Amino acid sequence: MSVITLNNENFEQEVLQSRTPVIIDFWASWCGPCRMMAPVIDEIGESMGASIKVGKVNVDENQDLAEKYEVMSIPTFVIIKDGKETARTIGVQPKEEILKLI
Amino acid sequence: MYDVVVIGGGPAGITASIYAKRRKLSVLVISKKETSLFKAEKIENYYGFPQGISGEELYNNGIKQAENLSIDIVEDEVVALSSNEFNEKNFENKADEKIFEIETVNSHYQAKAVILATGSNRLLPNIKGIQEFEGKGISYCAICDAFFYKGKDVAVLGSGNYAIHEMQELKPIVNSVTILTNGDKIVENRDVDISKDEKVQVIEKKVKEFRGDSKIQEVEFEDETKKDIQGVFVAIATASSNDLARKIGARIEHGHIVTDENMETTVKGLFACGDCTGGLLQISKAVYEGTLAGLAVLR
Repeated sequence: MSVITLNNENFEQEVLQSRTPVIIDFWASWCGPCRMMAPVIDEIGESMGASIKVGKVNVDENQDLAEKYEVMSIPTFVIIKDGKETARTIGVQPKEEILKLI
Repeated sequence: MYDVVVIGGGPAGITASIYAKRRKLSVLVISKKETSLFKAEKIENYYGFPQGISGEELYNNGIKQAENLSIDIVEDEVVALSSNEFNEKNFENKADEKIFEIETVNSHYQAKAVILATGSNRLLPNIKGIQEFEGKGISYCAICDAFFYKGKDVAVLGSGNYAIHEMQELKPIVNSVTILTNGDKIVENRDVDISKDEKVQVIEKKVKEFRGDSKIQEVEFEDETKKDIQGVFVAIATASSNDLARKIGARIEHGHIVTDENMETTVKGLFACGDCTGGLLQISKAVYEGTLAGLAVLR
């Protein structure tokens, strides 16, 4: 499944009501570490098929979502299952470490 | 612009510069003349010195050797490392050629590749809360995280030029910056006069603890006075290889920079060698890794 761009309009449906677990990548274009993680996140989105959903939140454009999830450092990756946060991790890391959280 | 800028003038950095120079690359070494070698009074386990050699002498010999090979060397301190990949335009359309920008206290340089060899990073000061609140108010990257502290009162933990640099990154965004030197004297920086700046305060008292519920809310000093703060940016001493690598997006595991077999980090064109990659903290290992990096850079 390709990576979804998340915002206020689609967050409820794509994340909170999702039947599959969702990885949210909170990022910004001016953040070097986020930039380095972009291909890793894309790869997770492509390789995991329909078993998981991958969404990106650009914190510049969606400050309220970043605030709601108390993101204070980017990149932050949050795992949501059945509408609830089950895990999160911060910073550059290999794909496997993120997949472990699911 | 240089082909390669090497940050650090110890065994790893100088060796890398020598091998890179031999490959006809233009090389600059930026060294702060601060190395763990100075702590070694006599080194007796390194090849070729039957009477042993002091760490300081070995260091000075290395610098001299590089100078003899016409390698440029400057004594300066790197405070920031970035690349043109990060500016917004290039984020969508990949830049044709990657260029690293190296900002120092006195100048700035450009290079096609960078080799980090500043030695191992210092241990974090033993302040309660510093690990507990990582990502919940404790940050190691002003440029990444300043955004989340818009209009808030934050602190920078540190007393050197690196701390001053981080303060300057934060100042336009936050409400106020307090520099917590944790008992040290603040560095004298001839370009930045903090005393006249209303947004900036320096506290030279020892820090006891960072406190809060889910996020940092206050700092307590050893004299039991307190101050409200909503974020702390750690910038102790000199920016280490780890600090520089982390900000540019290289992967760090268990406090060490991750590299491949050629000493290239997870960021293309950025290499790391010597103590900052972990493993044996030995000159022989630093020299070996410097060799690998010098041979592989821009290959």
